[in-house]
Amino acid sequence: MFGYFLELALRSLKRSKALTALMVLAVAMGIGACMTTLTVLHVVSGDPIPGKSQKLFYPQIEPRDEDNGFYTKGEPPEQLSWRDAMALLKAGRADRQAVMTGGMAPVQQADTTQDPFFVRARYTTADFFALFDVPLKYGHAWSATEDDRRERIAVISSSLNDKLFHGEDSIGRTVRFNGADLRVVGVIETWRPHPHFYDLNAGNYAEGEDVFLPLGTSRDIHAPRSGSRDCWGKGHQVEENTLETADCVWVQLWVELDTPARVADYKAFLVHYSEEQLAAGRFHLPVNVRLRNVMAWLDSQKVVPKDVHLQVWLALGFFVVCLVNTVGLMLAKFMRRSAEVGVRRALGASRGAVFAQLVTEAGMVGLAGGVAGLLFAVLGLWLVRKQPDQYASLAHLDLPMLAATFGMAIGATVVAGLLPAWRACQITPALQLKSQ
Amino acid sequence: MNLQIKPILSALRRHKAGTILIALQIALTLAIVCNALFIVHQRIERSNRTTGMDESNVIAVQNRYVGKPETFIPLMQTDLAAIRNVPGVESAYITNAFPLRRGGWSTGMQIDPNKTKDSLPSALYFVDDQALKTLGVKLIAGRNFTPSEVVNLPPQSTPAPAQVIITKAIADKLFPKGDALGKTIYYAKNKPSTVIGIIEKLTVPWIEFDHMDNVTLMPVRFDSSYQHFLVRTRPGQQDAVFKAIPTALYKVSRMRVLPEKYGLRTFETVRANAYEADRGMAILMTVVCAVLLAITAAGIVGLSSFWVGQRRKQIGVRRALGARRSDILSYFMTENFLIALGGVIVGTGLALGLSQWMLKYFEMPRVSPTYVGVGIVLLLALGQAAVFAPALRASKVSPVEATRSV
Repeated sequence: MFGYFLELALRSLKRSKALTALMVLAVAMGIGACMTTLTVLHVVSGDPIPGKSQKLFYPQIEPRDEDNGFYTKGEPPEQLSWRDAMALLKAGRADRQAVMTGGMAPVQQADTTQDPFFVRARYTTADFFALFDVPLKYGHAWSATEDDRRERIAVISSSLNDKLFHGEDSIGRTVRFNGADLRVVGVIETWRPHPHFYDLNAGNYAEGEDVFLPLGTSRDIHAPRSGSRDCWGKGHQVEENTLETADCVWVQLWVELDTPARVADYKAFLVHYSEEQLAAGRFHLPVNVRLRNVMAWLDSQKVVPKDVHLQVWLALGFFVVCLVNTVGLMLAKFMRRSAEVGVRRALGASRGAVFAQLVTEAGMVGLAGGVAGLLFAVLGLWLVRKQPDQYASLAHLDLPMLAATFGMAIGATVVAGLLPAWRACQITPALQLKSQ
Repeated sequence: MNLQIKPILSALRRHKAGTILIALQIALTLAIVCNALFIVHQRIERSNRTTGMDESNVIAVQNRYVGKPETFIPLMQTDLAAIRNVPGVESAYITNAFPLRRGGWSTGMQIDPNKTKDSLPSALYFVDDQALKTLGVKLIAGRNFTPSEVVNLPPQSTPAPAQVIITKAIADKLFPKGDALGKTIYYAKNKPSTVIGIIEKLTVPWIEFDHMDNVTLMPVRFDSSYQHFLVRTRPGQQDAVFKAIPTALYKVSRMRVLPEKYGLRTFETVRANAYEADRGMAILMTVVCAVLLAITAAGIVGLSSFWVGQRRKQIGVRRALGARRSDILSYFMTENFLIALGGVIVGTGLALGLSQWMLKYFEMPRVSPTYVGVGIVLLLALGQAAVFAPALRASKVSPVEATRSV
């Protein structure tokens, strides 16, 4: 029966080519616009580290005095000072914890004539790789002992490994980073969480880093920082190499807490730590701590650009107009076939059968609209990728989105076909068979 | 002119679904189009904001020194001399930031030496005696820096030189009496800076900032591997200088990187880069509006043609009873006008509602009545234009149709 409906639908769609093309085009454009904008939204507001984002937390405390120097609207500063970060790291109250900051410096293979080039680097502590589930291709991460000894070691990205060592297992080889020779202990697989949640200073959708080295080592070799630094009080007159003791916040701490109870404990620990520092006279402002997980942190930093949301709404509005248009055209089309419906009803087709056949027709328009809409979406995403935004290069159609495209197209047109189909099957056969 | 409104309305009652669909489509299109065009208008206005500079004949160079000298100051001096010697260069200076760079340094400033009150933010531009000329900004009071006033600033320390030049916006905010010249401002605790000059207008390097015109010029050489040169060329020499700068710089030293995309830009490019996202959004909105209007028009054509087809017999009867072609034409034109009118009345409500919603969630200004008005006229005209062809076809139905059975 369904096959027969399909055949009838095809025939009728072929009969009025212009009307059919118009319907398909309208649906396709609406779908294309929606899919493009939703894919971009999906990319920019997605979970950067699925499965773990609920367990990763970003502690913040208020270490400043009255001479604030910078304004945070009732929030504690976005980063920690070296002293506080080290104290919290050494306290080890979380399941895992890592302190970090970022920078850019020239890198080259030691003992070659190759020109150095700039790469992004992350200066961090041993837990970083386990904390963020960074996959390793060769070798391993470093240990807390190596952190403490400030060893001259590095973990590099596979793309840098390709550039410097032609993708070979480079464990034990040496890279020259910012003029210092570092022994490669690990090579990571491609790893680019987006948004770049663990340090938004690098840019919300920044690419991953190419060199990772122990934080202590980075201070020893005077590796340049390219994060932000906010200072207060006497902190204003500090030099870069005395940042460890300065009244400045410039490093980030991430901790892993596996259960709600651990989270509550850790928050209490932060409050307790702040109170201790107040008592000791290091802190001066009322205790103000935050412990946000990944998604809450991204939310508080307003990472998703407003324009992206605006574009999604615009596309949805556009799609609704396209659908209303399709409903109108289908109504015209189905009512024009009153005579045909009358004949079929007189020959014994039930109302349900006529209805089902017309809805099948609507579904076919949807299918064709979905295919064309997919082309529009591919084109739209190609245009997005040509945009200068940091996230633009990430905009690719993925399978769930592809499935959603067809689901949406067919679902929407079938819904759009319901009213016209229902109107058409209300036709009294006798009236249509009579000559007018 | 007999507009036959009564019979039209009674006829429309028999085509409720189609009428409502066309009106709804017009209403939604109006709501989206006038808000979208209003956004386009805002974006274009935003990307045309002035910087206070004379932007023609200016080139911006981004330079990063590679290697590890103890200090970058001598390199900066020789580079600057090399650029100033390029034929066609009128003036040049080295800096950390400039308008539309979209990255820079801001700090709080106060007139209280202990910096205890709320401070007013200002962007900091590190300059020398040639900056005013290169930027093409107007000094409205006081004097320019002298070469001997330019001091070296070690990396990562807070700049608070003895002399500063501020924008009129800062002068007005900190010294409402209009006596800013010669007064003291504190950019760091207990480090006084004297205002020696006031410039009319210069904007901060960011395109979103609470105080767009708060800029302080500081006579400072900032010791850092990352520098920008701003170059003013003689009229007509911009292209020649543009080509000559990299050669001149690499001749001084090859230990540098001029980034691929942003290394060397005319100021026209700087402006285009800064507002790229806004321009993209404006183009997108315009395209969406055009397509929406086209789709709505096509929908009207489709439904009207169907109605005309359905009513051939009635049209024939009217023609046989003496109605002229123009009567038939005006019947369909009026019918569409009434539907569209209903649509725009509902649409105006929707447009204002949508604008209110965007005000709440996207902090956008309320849509201006002008745009709603333009949208109403646009859609009524679009409806008339779309219905014209089917109406014309209706008017050509011959009176003989009345006698035919389908």
